Amino acid sequence: MKPPASEERRGGPGSAASSEPAAPPAESVSTAPAAPAAAGPSGTSGRPSGGPRALGLRLDVRNLSLLGVLAALIVVGGITKPDQFLDTNNLQLVLTQASVIGVVTVGMTFVITSGGIDLSVGAIVALSSVWATTLATQEFGFAGILFTAVLVGLGCGLVNGTLIAYGGMVPFIATLAMLASARGLALMITDGKTQIVEVQSVLDLGVPDSYVLGIPPLVLVFAAVTVIGWLILNRTTFGRRTVAVGGNPEAARLAGIDVRRQRLYLYLFSGLCCGIAAFLLIILAGSGQNTNGNLYELDAIAAAIIGGTLLSGGRGTIVGSVLGVLVFTTITNIFALNNLQSDVQQIAKGAIIVAAVLVQRRTLRNGEV
Amino acid sequence: MPETSRRRLLFGTAALSAGAFLTACTSNEPAAAETSANNEPATDGDKPGKAITIGFAGPQADHGWLNAINEQAKARAKKYSEVTLDITEGSNDIAAQIGQVETLINKKVDVLVILPADGKALTQVGLKAMRAGIPVINLDRIFSNPQAYRAYIGGDNYGMGVSAGNYIGQRLKDKKDAKVIELAGIDGLELTQQRTKGFDDALKNYPNIKKVARQAADFTVESGQAKMAQLLQAQSSFDALWNHDDDQGVGALRAIQQAGRDDFLMVGGAGAKSAMDAIKADNSVLKATVLYPPTMAASAIDLARFLGQTKGVSGLAELEIPASVTLYSAVVDKDNVDQYLPTGFR
Repeated sequence: MKPPASEERRGGPGSAASSEPAAPPAESVSTAPAAPAAAGPSGTSGRPSGGPRALGLRLDVRNLSLLGVLAALIVVGGITKPDQFLDTNNLQLVLTQASVIGVVTVGMTFVITSGGIDLSVGAIVALSSVWATTLATQEFGFAGILFTAVLVGLGCGLVNGTLIAYGGMVPFIATLAMLASARGLALMITDGKTQIVEVQSVLDLGVPDSYVLGIPPLVLVFAAVTVIGWLILNRTTFGRRTVAVGGNPEAARLAGIDVRRQRLYLYLFSGLCCGIAAFLLIILAGSGQNTNGNLYELDAIAAAIIGGTLLSGGRGTIVGSVLGVLVFTTITNIFALNNLQSDVQQIAKGAIIVAAVLVQRRTLRNGEV
Repeated sequence: MPETSRRRLLFGTAALSAGAFLTACTSNEPAAAETSANNEPATDGDKPGKAITIGFAGPQADHGWLNAINEQAKARAKKYSEVTLDITEGSNDIAAQIGQVETLINKKVDVLVILPADGKALTQVGLKAMRAGIPVINLDRIFSNPQAYRAYIGGDNYGMGVSAGNYIGQRLKDKKDAKVIELAGIDGLELTQQRTKGFDDALKNYPNIKKVARQAADFTVESGQAKMAQLLQAQSSFDALWNHDDDQGVGALRAIQQAGRDDFLMVGGAGAKSAMDAIKADNSVLKATVLYPPTMAASAIDLARFLGQTKGVSGLAELEIPASVTLYSAVVDKDNVDQYLPTGFR
């Protein structure tokens, strides 16, 4: 039996996607070159990655253009606010603020690579964070909060995955339903109140005393999730299956891949990332609130897309996604340092998304691939 | 493949234990139990009058202050044995709220209390109720046509800014070249502009003070933390901070703590219990908060009851209740915090 969900996205953009599936494994997302400061600790640190292929200088053009954007931003920041921008504290700040949405984006990259979409990530972060910070949960201390956040994320992912893989629902609709109901549940649990975290061991992880060699623990988690995500996508059967399912589900099925189970796992993985992100957010904000994770779905999708992951599925790049997140966070940082108001910020953010994608398309046409 | 089935087993266990664990920890009961009681200064005419039904339509309580509004209204109505409160499901969707008010009109409630998601957009339905002979108490977000309500009661956003500005001005009046920054609320809301205008106008009284930065957050803890962290990075030294909202203030305080800063004074807004507790404890930069009290919902119920039973307000010379009541944006600091703590909302 053919998975019923396999057709709907095979329509128009299908041809573009289907011509690719062979490419991604070889693409190997290159070691980012001596990246400018900001990309250092998170994007690249854990990845002098083995394998002679990765050591080669095969630069992915998409990542290259994003690195260019990031470098340009760093120059702008350095010129406009040299004292504040090029400062260790600021580097820590940018990376910390990228961590929560970054972890979500790694999960999102997998889902989009498989040709799906997860609109519920923000709502899952909200639900996980408020469930993990109820007074009843806080009684169990650090472990209780961490455990609940991760389990709620997994639970939501399980529901998403089951509905999509075995219920035959379109990912857009299934996760939209999850968005609505998880937000509603989060509101119900909190009763509109802000749940302040009293567990000191959790709060301690957010202050400078906890930094390891100057790196905030949040950033370490983000880096770890990035490296693990990169390894899974590029070095495992699971990753190859994800790409195959996104490229051409029918071919993947004929090749012996259990497409439905693969899809279930992917939404579970996305839910897990949301649970981890929720825990990071609890550390950062010191509280759970039903408004947490607002619009994460759009930020994560945007970061993944400008990073070079195909919305139609079949190609995904973790490094690109992480660069996308860093670009967004850096923009926000530069704007805030220069005291630009939110209307200007929003317009500029939109313009930069367009610019990044246009530059990417140009580079793509001129470059190989 | 053995590899896959092992994974499946793992996932299965995770999912199962998730279910088991979640059922174990789901509650906020202790907090819910001790929610804000209405403060005492009750109104005259406490003796039950004729039985009336008050319809209450408010926006979705997805925020501490709005939630407190609902609680204040419910608790106040409960105090009067002859008052029945018919409360609609809150919604931020204007069309949905119009529908809810119309339902209450059709039910022929005696008085309506409406806190519109958007005052301008709900003016028409307010007019409709008034024409149907149901007096409307317009709560907080004002209708654009005075004929759409019998009485208005609400907070003073401009006054909030003025109070915050004057408080900070007084504290810094002897300081040369003092620098102030502002963490505003949602810039898309008119009330945010009013708060900022009031603040700026008040600061004009103190030529030694200059506002050097302003960033808007979203009234949420998360945005408060994020924007404040950036502001702190941008401004290596300043003397005072005004934050429009105590909910986002929880995040702002967290960012201040994370940055290890304590070289300025912070004034909050709204009057959350957590803020008042911090002011009382006096162990953080938060030294005061400007009230925008949710108790106005309780007062709205009182006014509605008076209207429904055609009473006036005792203590005033007039026989009828006033058409408009604008609350005063008092500043709560260490000196008077005990007095206001019972009105603090969670």
